[in-house]
Amino acid sequence: MQRFLVRRLLITIVTLFAVSIIIFVMARISGDPRTMMLGDFFTQEQYDLVGVKLGLDKSYFEQYWVFIKDLVRGDFGQSIKEGRPARDVIGQRFLATFELGGAAFIFSMIVGVPLGILSSIRRGGVMDTVGKMVALIGQSAPGFWLGIMLIFLFAVRLDMVPPSGRQEWNSIFLPAITLGWFFVAANMRLVRSAMLDVLDSEYIKLARAKGVSTTSLIWKHALRNAMIPPLTFAGVTLGNLVAGSITTELVFAWPGLGLLAIQSTLVSDYPVLQGVVIMFTLLYVAAAFLVDVTYAYIDPRIRYG
Amino acid sequence: MAADLVIGRSYNPIARISGALQTVRRLPIIPMFLLGGVIFLGIFANVVAPHDPTDGNLRERLLPPVWGGPRIAEKLVVEVPVSGQLLYQVTLEEAQGQDPNIQMGETILMETGSGTRAAGSTRFLLGTDVLGRDILSRIIFGARISLIVAAVTLGVGGGIGVAVGLLSGYYGGWMDELLMRLVDIILSLPLILVALVLVVAVGQSFEMIIVVLALWIWPRFARMVRGEVLQLKTLDYVALARVSGASTVRILFVHLFPGTINTLIVVATLQVGIVILVEATLSFLGAGVPPPDPAWGSMVADGRDRLVDAWWVATMPGVAILITVMSLNLFGDWLRDTLDPKLRQME
Repeated sequence: MQRFLVRRLLITIVTLFAVSIIIFVMARISGDPRTMMLGDFFTQEQYDLVGVKLGLDKSYFEQYWVFIKDLVRGDFGQSIKEGRPARDVIGQRFLATFELGGAAFIFSMIVGVPLGILSSIRRGGVMDTVGKMVALIGQSAPGFWLGIMLIFLFAVRLDMVPPSGRQEWNSIFLPAITLGWFFVAANMRLVRSAMLDVLDSEYIKLARAKGVSTTSLIWKHALRNAMIPPLTFAGVTLGNLVAGSITTELVFAWPGLGLLAIQSTLVSDYPVLQGVVIMFTLLYVAAAFLVDVTYAYIDPRIRYG
Repeated sequence: MAADLVIGRSYNPIARISGALQTVRRLPIIPMFLLGGVIFLGIFANVVAPHDPTDGNLRERLLPPVWGGPRIAEKLVVEVPVSGQLLYQVTLEEAQGQDPNIQMGETILMETGSGTRAAGSTRFLLGTDVLGRDILSRIIFGARISLIVAAVTLGVGGGIGVAVGLLSGYYGGWMDELLMRLVDIILSLPLILVALVLVVAVGQSFEMIIVVLALWIWPRFARMVRGEVLQLKTLDYVALARVSGASTVRILFVHLFPGTINTLIVVATLQVGIVILVEATLSFLGAGVPPPDPAWGSMVADGRDRLVDAWWVATMPGVAILITVMSLNLFGDWLRDTLDPKLRQME
């Protein structure tokens, strides 16, 4: 187990290193921040002065070294647009994204898991059909369009919730449903196929033969084992939820990291952009690492494979 | 007994729908029909489309679909409405009939009168957008764009992915390690952000979309093909080919590649749906197919701000995406069950 952990950790570090180079290059090609700061009219001296201030006069290699050194200390540099540390700008938005991702995660669990169980108990029954439809729409409808349709129905026509923003307590519902729907579908399918496998196993048949009641059989004996795939998938879900939050945040004007990324791309505020991409990647890589370790813990074949 | 069961089922409408759904899943007539329709419309767009997709008449802006009656519009309360602006302006007197507290200069949601050309007509089956362009025609031309993007992306990305997967799986060792780490890295990048940055830096173009999407899908193909090759290469016929002097290239493409084709077809079908979704998302964000070409995603974006008075502008292209991707998913599920039952467990 220890060897596996070390190997997996090394791979994660190599991945992060490669991603840092990609982010560095990406940020450099996303536009010249000097012209952004100076506006339309400036002299060559002004241009050079700002370049020195931002450290853009040094070689790319030196710039990368500074970038990496600051990164390890958790310093993303100064936001060009707001003139304060990019870390603060990002930190301010992080909570909103975290809130949205958390709500979407809870939504995907409390709807997806029961739906999966109910549809596995009676294959081809009413719940199975409902579940299949929910899953099919979740995997086929574009998230941004789903969000707009929810706004139209519940905010414009029924006036039940605010159409956008994060001011009201009930602002969270529509974005969370929009973001979570895809994962409702994923969880539902995972739980359903796991339940079908488990319900077909010998120990369930034995329990049934012993006279265990159906309720206890399903909710106690079968569900415990059927929950392993969705729980390990939860890590992937969390990672993907963050990535999926970009369009959702734009549609609902939710002031999180995704919206920040779009805003800072438009004004080539590259320290902030770098920070956001790093946060996204970090969350994803950490989730993938956790999933792998969990799998290895549960299934010894992976450890020694 | 059996007869009872059948009768019992026929009384339950939802069970009948469920039964029908299962039949559809077994032989996907509806998805195949819909997909065929989308492909047909895409290929013959210039023949089928009733109007020019990029040329609109501002006098005919925001007309509702054919079934739409007099519509609700956001009107500005003014003293004397300018003639020709009756759709968007209303007198105080008229507005007070609906809301006694309304003030001059405010806006009000009102049903437009019958004389204002507001009802739907057969000229524009799905209505018109903000610039008076026919939405149906734009959706039809949008199908062509989505299909071209999906096909080219699949060709480029799938080709790279297959080549990498074959090499990685066959050679193993450090090359496998290197290529698979590359796959991990690309899969952990936030694609949409990368696309946004590239578009801002290099500019919006059709080639850009293809590059971004191909970059994004090749790792998925590479992983899948690698897994297949790892199993295939242990089989005796590969060893026999090797001892009989077949070159590596020959083993890769003649002996190993055909074994992956079934899985490849299934994965490709399911990936097409995802590619169409991602392309729509990028176009929605303004990082996709450049305007005025009618991409489905950017059409939804156009209608986003007009939900109150023109819901159809954002709704219709989304329905087109939904139908296309749903058909692809159903068709792909069926293909998987038929061609490659062992993939089922990976669900």
